Amino acid sequence: MAEKSAVKEKIARQPMPEQPADVRRRNFEEVPTGYSEETAVLEAGRCLQCKKPACVTGCPVGVAIPDFIKCIAERDFKAAIQKIWEKNSLPAVCGRVCPQEIQCEGQCIVGKKDAPVAIGNLERFVADLARNSGDGEIPAKAAPTGRKVAVVGSGPSGLTVAGDLLLKGHGVTLFEAFHKTGGVLVYGIPEFRLPKVIVASEVEMLEKIGLKIECNMVVGSIVSIDELFAEGFDAVFIGVGAGLPRFLNIPGEDLIGIYSANEYLTRANLMKGYLFPEYDTPIIRGKNVVVFGAGNVAMDSARTAMRLGAERVRIVYRRSREEMPARAAEIHHAEEEGIEFHLLTAPGRFIGDENGRLVQLEGLKMELGEPDESGRRRPVPIKGSEFVMDCDLAIVSVGAGPNPLLTHSDPQISLNKWGYVVADPETGKTTKKGVWAGGDIVTGSATVILAMGAGRKAADSIHEYLTWGW
Amino acid sequence: MFKIVEREEMAQGTVIMNEIEAPRIAAKAKPGQFVILKANETGERIPLTISDIDVDKGTITIIYMVVGKSTALFKTLQIGDAFQDVIGPLGKPTHIEKLGNVVCVGGGTGVAVLFPITRGFKNAGNRVISIIGARNKDLLILEEKMKSASTEFHVCTDDGSYGHKGFVTEVLKDVLENNKIDLVVAIGPVPMMKFVSKITKSYNVKTLVSLNPIMIDGTGMCGGCRVVVDGKTQFACVDGPEFDGHQVDFDGLINRLRAYTEDEKKSYNEHCRVFGNK
Ligand SMILES: Cc1cc2nc3c(=O)[nH]c(=O)nc-3n(C[C@H](O)[C@H](O)[C@H](O)COP(=O)(O)OP(=O)(O)OC[C@H]3O[C@@H](n4cnc5c(N)ncnc54)[C@H](O)[C@@H]3O)c2cc1C
Ligand SMILES: Cc1cc2nc3c(=O)[nH]c(=O)nc-3n(C[C@H](O)[C@H](O)[C@H](O)COP(=O)(O)OP(=O)(O)OC[C@H]3O[C@@H](n4cnc5c(N)ncnc54)[C@H](O)[C@@H]3O)c2cc1C
Ligand code: SF4
Ligand code: SF4
Ligand code: FES
Repeated sequence: MAEKSAVKEKIARQPMPEQPADVRRRNFEEVPTGYSEETAVLEAGRCLQCKKPACVTGCPVGVAIPDFIKCIAERDFKAAIQKIWEKNSLPAVCGRVCPQEIQCEGQCIVGKKDAPVAIGNLERFVADLARNSGDGEIPAKAAPTGRKVAVVGSGPSGLTVAGDLLLKGHGVTLFEAFHKTGGVLVYGIPEFRLPKVIVASEVEMLEKIGLKIECNMVVGSIVSIDELFAEGFDAVFIGVGAGLPRFLNIPGEDLIGIYSANEYLTRANLMKGYLFPEYDTPIIRGKNVVVFGAGNVAMDSARTAMRLGAERVRIVYRRSREEMPARAAEIHHAEEEGIEFHLLTAPGRFIGDENGRLVQLEGLKMELGEPDESGRRRPVPIKGSEFVMDCDLAIVSVGAGPNPLLTHSDPQISLNKWGYVVADPETGKTTKKGVWAGGDIVTGSATVILAMGAGRKAADSIHEYLTWGW
Repeated sequence: MFKIVEREEMAQGTVIMNEIEAPRIAAKAKPGQFVILKANETGERIPLTISDIDVDKGTITIIYMVVGKSTALFKTLQIGDAFQDVIGPLGKPTHIEKLGNVVCVGGGTGVAVLFPITRGFKNAGNRVISIIGARNKDLLILEEKMKSASTEFHVCTDDGSYGHKGFVTEVLKDVLENNKIDLVVAIGPVPMMKFVSKITKSYNVKTLVSLNPIMIDGTGMCGGCRVVVDGKTQFACVDGPEFDGHQVDFDGLINRLRAYTEDEKKSYNEHCRVFGNK
């Protein structure tokens, strides 16, 4: 026994194999290539199998982490995926995009002294193996109840609600405004971070268990929520995300060459602009690219611009490094790929040429002043620090708000002062009978796993309603 | 899939009419609204106005000018072929009410957008004076339909090959001189709308224009369709596409429409290489 734990201490966290930075910065293939079976088993061996696993408390959906890791250590990969699926229906996605360092891995005991167990990498490994071997068994479905639920929006919250309710025997129809399902997973997060075949295979799986999908359906416009009830749906879930782009509201923002991150990433990912002219949607390819903001969306935009041939890509962020909200891995990858960070820097105005095209950005330097309401030290401009940099493509990635198209179409659904849907945090119930909501349209821009967690709670509550009443 | 059930070439093949099976959209669409269409997997999302609907048949009609790659691709679609995606109805409908005297001014394919609005105002009990124009007689579209939807009807051609010789704005000035007009609706090329708005402003007559910026989603998600109206940024797909012509920054719009000129050429030339320049 003593010998065994001695061995454990010697094993270092297994690094994730990746495409070299100087190669991948010009292609759209996935950056990390995934653990081999041997590496996964080795990494699984680092888990101490804690009796009171701290890691689980850090996971918003409470995946049975030590249990699935134990299965990997024992090479029972089928059992491992079954364990994960009990709590998480999109592990191949979460393993890739969860901010593990502040969730599961952030709590891991091993991480107190050493690098934490690579829970995300292991989750991804098991999920990829199940998908590629094709023996992902179709989960058992309850007997049909004859009840029908409409799910609006096909992001992670909507997909989770749909999956859960199908398994409980209800009929589910998914309505999506775009021509493809997946929400941010397909239009926002780039191929090199989350290959689209993964999202497609998750959706296919749901179709196998009976999901009906109607794309090109802008609910609120082509059909109202009341009309869905009239068509025979017994309950409605709203998971329409937070898709309203914010701009900087500085002079020159209408010049050609300035995109919201939503537009830039949608052109690149959903419309496959990076394959233009094979695909018809054009996308501006900049030489000197500036991205505003420092969240995941900003990192994705910057790294996409690099892959589209930019000479320089700069991230301009008002605050300091500690405040950058992106996942640690994304910041690290961006730096490796040669993205420059201009911190404590604020945009001032955009400068165009005689054709109305963006050519330069005027900015100014900031310093940290007194703490603001959030406790973070507020950046204040340094007088006389104005400077000008060349810039022919700017991508504004300073957050998103709630899209009012659906929510404003039904006055019975109460919104908070920022326009997000008011929903019970435990059940997802809105102020309108028979209507639930979850994900970014309730919380504001958050994470995939939180949206899924909200979806799961709503599905439980909808099931209860369909069985017992409101 | 959204099947084409009728198809017609107009204005010597430069303008195409498609009647498309889309029962859900047909049941909901109102004058002034548009759809976004995507022909196939690799296609671009292209906004086009709903020019007519037939609720009983469950169809909508679009009329588009062939100007670039995507519209050239649309032109290759025949009766029985289908669009992969049609999304709509999008945008705010025209606010139609009984006002009294309404002038509807249309240029080029703008006439297709104008037709359902014109009919709407006439049916609401207004006296509708229509003025439509084209470069020459052969490029004129929807003359009969527009005539039947109007109380008074004028046609102009730039070269004088038909109707009044000259621009729609000349006839408009006459009409404004001799009538008390309550509303002008102007839809056509951006310079035409800009010019019309300038004239009506001097007569102090409220003017609606329909803007056509480049769009992606059409649901307010990308901000690509932003236009400046009354000094404020608006998203044409959800706040419009109709705006007060006296408040619109037309020069900004003209500029933004040029964003992809080079790419569009590349894409179009590639299309012509494969399909021939029909
Ligand atoms: C570029 C980017 C990178 C990100 N990276 C990460 C990451 O690394 N890790 C992480 O955890 N999170 C990340 N996030 C956040 C995460 O993706 C979101 O929190 C999550 O997707 C929210 O899920 P959702 O179900 O609420 O809605 P969304 O994923 O936003 O999906 C909503 C769907 O509803 C559709 N819809 C909208 N209106 C209507 C309507 N009226 N009718 C029908 N359908 C409608 C939309 O088209 C969309 O498909 C990222 C977000 C972005 C934009
Ligand atoms: C709300 C709305 C309603 C419209 N209704 C009609 C209509 O009823 N009939 C009609 O003929 N045209 C209409 N248009 C314009 C039509 O969408 C464009 O002509 C079409 O997109 C051109 O595509 P293309 O690939 O053939 O040409 P391209 O080669 O892409 O471009 C040719 C021209 O079209 C403009 N354009 C390109 N892409 C778009 C886009 N996604 N959205 C808007 N303009 C674009 C370009 O600025 C350029 O000037 C409408 C546009 C909008 C926004
Ligand atoms: S779902 Fe996310 S937080 Fe939970 S265990 Fe998996 S990677 Fe960690
Ligand atoms: S906290 Fe770390 S070591 Fe403990 S069970 Fe979780 S993953 Fe294993
Ligand atoms: S087309 Fe995207 S916001 Fe209008």
